[in-house]
Amino acid sequence: MLETILFYLFAATSVTTALLVISRVNPLMSALWLVVCLASSAGLFALLSAPFLAIIQILVYAGAVMVLFLFVIMLIDISKEALKPRVVRFAKVVAVSITGYFTVIVCIVLWRPSFLPAPLADAAYGDVKVLGKMLLTDYAVPFELASLLLLAAMIGAVVMGKKKL
Amino acid sequence: MDFGTDILIALGKVVLIVVMVLNLIPLLIWMERKGAAYIQDRRGPNRCHILGIRLGGIIHSLADAVKLVTKGSTSTSATFHPLFVIAPMISLFVACVTVAVIPFTEPLVIGDFTFQFQIADLSAGLLYVIALSSLSVYAILLAGWSSGGKFSLLGALRGSSQMISYELAMGLAIVAIFLVSGSFRLNDIVAEQGAIPWHWNAVRLPLSFILLFTAMFAETNRLPFDLPEGESELSAGYHTEYSAMRFGAFFMAEYAHLVVGSLIVTLLFFGGWHIPFLSSATLHAHASDVLRILWIIGGIKALLLGAFLVRHFVRRKGYWGDLRDYEFLVFGVPLLLVGLALAVGFFVVGPVVLPEWASRLLVFLLQLGVMLAKTLFFVWVFIWVRWTLPRFRYDQLMRLGWKVMIPLGLVNIFIAGMMTMYLER
Repeated sequence: MLETILFYLFAATSVTTALLVISRVNPLMSALWLVVCLASSAGLFALLSAPFLAIIQILVYAGAVMVLFLFVIMLIDISKEALKPRVVRFAKVVAVSITGYFTVIVCIVLWRPSFLPAPLADAAYGDVKVLGKMLLTDYAVPFELASLLLLAAMIGAVVMGKKKL
Repeated sequence: MDFGTDILIALGKVVLIVVMVLNLIPLLIWMERKGAAYIQDRRGPNRCHILGIRLGGIIHSLADAVKLVTKGSTSTSATFHPLFVIAPMISLFVACVTVAVIPFTEPLVIGDFTFQFQIADLSAGLLYVIALSSLSVYAILLAGWSSGGKFSLLGALRGSSQMISYELAMGLAIVAIFLVSGSFRLNDIVAEQGAIPWHWNAVRLPLSFILLFTAMFAETNRLPFDLPEGESELSAGYHTEYSAMRFGAFFMAEYAHLVVGSLIVTLLFFGGWHIPFLSSATLHAHASDVLRILWIIGGIKALLLGAFLVRHFVRRKGYWGDLRDYEFLVFGVPLLLVGLALAVGFFVVGPVVLPEWASRLLVFLLQLGVMLAKTLFFVWVFIWVRWTLPRFRYDQLMRLGWKVMIPLGLVNIFIAGMMTMYLER
């Protein structure tokens, strides 16, 4: 009961705020709505019995990545003149193709048989210990590759940031 | 227990704990002013009074609260209103919500009734604290930007970059604790440390303690890391344009952060609610003796302090020549009376053996008191450092954060890993 109410609450918040993110003219407001969107999807993770993922979502995305976004946005000029709504070329073509895409997806969802209920996860699912063990045994190679990617990005940032190497 | 009573108990706990933390704020402000005064060799706050009673300056906090609530909130023509109003709310919200996972004592078990002095016992409790305190950057950023002034924006940028940098060091320091304790639950971390002081994390992981405590100063934006509001350069930093209770919310949040930070340090490094050398089992077994000892100590203390204050009154009679002379009596006489009552009461209570529930309750309250005493000690350390050390320069701050604290944090994780691998516990 409570979980259903919470699910609809978080789901509605994340969808509305996601729409607000793309419809605001002021980039600062967009970024802030994105923070709310990320937080409510963290709530959804928590409801799916993955508390660790939920907290990491808030810690990393809301607490660190979005702060850097805001940091940059605050330093650029967002006065009234600079913030005219932008006009996209071929807007109609884009709109029609996106609408078509959504129609196809909705049709597929309605046409195919309804989803089977997912099997219940055991109590340890989403636990930090289980997650850690999985990351360092079964998924060790993708895990290491991801860290390699981050390292490459970091070196790239340093190279771009330094004027004289 | 049905759903309704559960919700009632939960609500009661929320109200109790939040009120407890919020009520500490005026006392901490008083403590800060008095501490500053003693360190700088002044008298400190001593003018405000109600009917001549000053209570050593506590009335000043009351006057502050009345002033902040009744003043008007101003804003300039350049402010961006929605965010300007929300920013102080975020700051106070984050500070209060963090308290939710903090366990103040061991659960009280009487028969089959269990009461836990903690709002939510999350399995990832400590991570929750870090995640939410990382959100307090938004309060500073939004306040500074939405004020629409240069000083505010500069303060906000400084503040946020400082907080992001020190969050990393804090996270690394905490990883070492995770390794040694093997759990994210604050209850487990405290229980794992036990009652023997050299098993506390402060002794096992001293480097971790120093790193976390330093990062805590940067996170609460207090001297020596109060660059976001460096008065000499930025007037008041991110809250330059704020007035009245909107400013008051920032002010309250700073002290609420102080309380939460001290609670975290106590829980993670100083054994939480454990009394040195007296484990909970020992306390439960000898509850009656504990009560007797506490009774005697309390009585002697009340008598001595009361006698001291009354003697002070008798010696300095007529020093001020007005009501201030009698202030010593306001505390002295009741303390003497309490001391006498305790002394007489000892002969009545002395031989009584406590029933099971009473001994449990006694241990519960005793551990709560010890926890709060340790916390207040660390609050005092925060105040002490603030009035002792000068402010860092910005480049020094960044160098300390990135080039000293983060490498030390990595070394610390290595040490903690070695400890968990090779030391049998």
